[in-house]
Amino acid sequence: MSATLSDRFLFGLPWLCAPPASFAANLRALSQSDGIAGAQIMHLARHDLNLDQLIALDKTLTKAAARIDWADLPTLRLAILARGSMNYTGPALRATALRHGLHLTSYIPDFGQATAEVMVPDSGLRRFAPDAALLAETAEGLGLAAPLIEPETAAAHVAAALGATRMQATRLREMGCGIILVQTLPAAPLAWAGHLDHSLPGSVQSQVAAYNTGLRHLAQDQALIVLDAGLLAAQLGGMVWFDDALWHRAKVPMALDVIPLYADHVLRLLRAAQGKSAKCLVLDLDNTCWGGVIGDDGLDGIRLGQGSAEGEAFLAIQRYALSLKARGIILAVCSKNDPANARLPFEQHPDMALRLDDIAVFVANWTDKATNILQIARTLNIGSDALVFLDDNPAERARVRQSCPEVMVPEVGDDPSLYPGLLSRAGYFETLALTTDDVKRADQYRANSQRLAQMEMVGDYDSYLASLDMTCEIRPFDATGRARIVQLINKSNQFNLTTRRYSEAEVAAIEADPACLALQVRLTDSFGDNGMISVVIFRKAGDNWHCDTWLMSCRVLKRRVEEAVLGIVAGLAHSQGARRLVGTYIPSSKNGIVADHFAGLGFAALEGGPEGQTRWTLDLAGYQRTDLPMQIVADTMAPAPKGP
Amino acid sequence: MDRDSALKIILDIFEDVMDVDPAQIRQTDTSDDIEDWDSLSHVRLMIAIERRFGQRFSNAEIEAIGNVADIVDLVVAKSSA
Repeated sequence: MSATLSDRFLFGLPWLCAPPASFAANLRALSQSDGIAGAQIMHLARHDLNLDQLIALDKTLTKAAARIDWADLPTLRLAILARGSMNYTGPALRATALRHGLHLTSYIPDFGQATAEVMVPDSGLRRFAPDAALLAETAEGLGLAAPLIEPETAAAHVAAALGATRMQATRLREMGCGIILVQTLPAAPLAWAGHLDHSLPGSVQSQVAAYNTGLRHLAQDQALIVLDAGLLAAQLGGMVWFDDALWHRAKVPMALDVIPLYADHVLRLLRAAQGKSAKCLVLDLDNTCWGGVIGDDGLDGIRLGQGSAEGEAFLAIQRYALSLKARGIILAVCSKNDPANARLPFEQHPDMALRLDDIAVFVANWTDKATNILQIARTLNIGSDALVFLDDNPAERARVRQSCPEVMVPEVGDDPSLYPGLLSRAGYFETLALTTDDVKRADQYRANSQRLAQMEMVGDYDSYLASLDMTCEIRPFDATGRARIVQLINKSNQFNLTTRRYSEAEVAAIEADPACLALQVRLTDSFGDNGMISVVIFRKAGDNWHCDTWLMSCRVLKRRVEEAVLGIVAGLAHSQGARRLVGTYIPSSKNGIVADHFAGLGFAALEGGPEGQTRWTLDLAGYQRTDLPMQIVADTMAPAPKGP
Repeated sequence: MDRDSALKIILDIFEDVMDVDPAQIRQTDTSDDIEDWDSLSHVRLMIAIERRFGQRFSNAEIEAIGNVADIVDLVVAKSSA
C-alpha cells in the first residue's frame, strides 16, 4: 500500500508526519517487551499510517493487550454496524483511535448480521453494551442503488431507507447507546442518463441526494451525528473512493486506500461527541502570519497582502484563523520575538486581517515555545490536548511534539499557500453544533496579555537539542560566503551586539586583514541546512582580542551555537598568545535581547562606555570549553583549542 | 521485467503487508504455508502489488492465484503486455 509523495498529499493524511522507516521494527520491539506504555503506542499512531500499518498496529494492540498500561486513557465501546465488510475498517478505527487519545473497544457483527443484531432482543450487540455506534450504510444496503423511472417509486424507496435508519437509531438509543453516527451516501458512480441524472427524481443520484437531505432532518430529530461521507468522497473524487472490483470481490464499500482517512474522520466526530475537539489555535507569527521576520525586516519589509503571491498566501492564513474565531475557536499567539515588534504589524500594518483584539493570549518572548504553549493552556484553563500549534519552523514543531505530544502540530511544510488547506483537512476543530456561546467565546477568553513570568523549561531540552543532530561549521570569511556575510551584517538587528554595518569592500578588507579574526558560521540540523547563521569579527590587539561584531540569525536561537563559536575563538586567541577577549554591547532600539549575551558566556563586566554601552572581558587562562550537543567542524583553522 | 527482480519486489511487499520474513518464503508457498496470508490480507497484498508495478488485475486473475510463483508469473506477464 505504498504511495508516491503526491498521492500521500492528495489522499493520505499529510498534516501528520510520515512514519519512521523503522515503524515495523519499532512495533515488533514494542510487542515483545514486557510492559508497554500506552504513550509509546500512541506516538506511533500519531503518524500518517497506511492501511497495512494501521492493521499491524491493531494486531499488536490485540496480541499485547494484557501488557499495555493505558494509564487513564479514556475508553469507548463502539459498535460498527454495516452491511458491507468492516474487516479492514474495524482495525483501522481501533488503531486510529489512539491518535485521538481514545482506547477503542469495538464490536462488529458477522457479515450481514448488523441489522438483525440491532433489532433482536438478545444479541451479541446488546450484550456488548455499546457507548457509541457507527451506522455505516451504503446505497446498496438501503435499496437505493437501482435507478427508477417512476418518481413515486423512487420516493417510496427513499422513505423506506430513511425509515430503516430511523428504526435502527431508535433501537440503539433504547439499548443505552448515547452516541450514534450516521453517514451521508457518496454520489453514485454509475451515471444513468449522464448530466440529466440530476433532474431525474428516479436516478440513483437523486435518490441518494433525497436520502441525504432526509438524513439531516432525521439527525436533528433524533440527535444523531452526521458523518458527511458524501462530501469526503466528493473531495477525494469518486474515482478514488469507489472500487467496484473490490466491492465485488470482498464487499468492502470503499477503496482500501481511503480507509485510513475515513477512519480519521470517524474518530474526529467521536472526539467531538466527547467534548474533546481542539478549542484553540496557537499561531506563530514570523513566516506563519506574514512573510519575513518583523524584528529584522520591519513593517515595510514583511510580506502581507498587497498583491504579492507570498503576501496573499499569508493573508489567507489570517483570514482562515479569523473565520474559525468567528465560530468559537480561541486564537493565541506564540512567537519568538520582542513583544513590541510582535505587536507592530497588528497595530500598524494596513493589510493585517488579525487584530490584537482577536488574540485571547498573546505571547511574545524568547522562551522555549513548548513552555509557552503549556502556559497558554493554563491561562485559558483548557487542556493542552485542546491546542493546535501552527508554525512554519520544523525545529519548533519538533520541540513541541517532543515535550507536549498531546498538542496537535500539523506538519505544514514551507509553502504558506498550503497552510489553510492542511489545517482544514486535519479537522482538529470538528464541532457538533454551534451555539450563541460559541460565538461569544473568544471575548470571554480574552485575557490581557501580561508579561508571563519566567518559566521553568519543560521536558528535557538538552535531549531535544541532541535530537536535532546539529553540525556547526565555523570558517574564516571567504569569497564564496561574502555576499551572505554582507547581507547578515547589514540586515541583522536583533541578535547583533554592535550593529556595525560594512560594505562589501570593507568585508573583503576584513577578510584579508591578518589583525582580524573573521568567522562565518553555518548550521545544519535534521531538518536541513540553515545556511550561514552567524558572523563574528574579533580584532587582535596583542593581549586583548576585541569583539567588533557578533551577530546571529534569530531562527536558530537557544541552540548553544554562541558557545561553540566562543570555544573556537577562545582556542585560537589562546594559541596565538592572547590573554583576554573583550566584548562590547552597543544598545540599539532593536537588540535588547543580547544585552546579557557576554554575561551568559561567562564574561565579567567591565566599566561601561558612553550611551549605555556595556563592556565585558573573558580571561582565557581560566576559560574551559563545555560539551555541546552538536558536531563542530572547524578544521580550516589552526590548532585544536585546549580544554576538556 | 525479469522474474528475479519481480520476485524480490513481491517478497518485500509480502513483508510490508504481512510482517513475514521474505527469506522464509518459497515460490511454492500457498496461503496454507504463510501464517498471515488469508483472504483479507490477500486483497491488501494484490492491491499493493498493483500499485507498486503500475498494473491492474481482474478479479478472475486474482482468484486464479494459488502460490507465490503464480503472482510472479502474473506480474511478469502483465509487464510485457
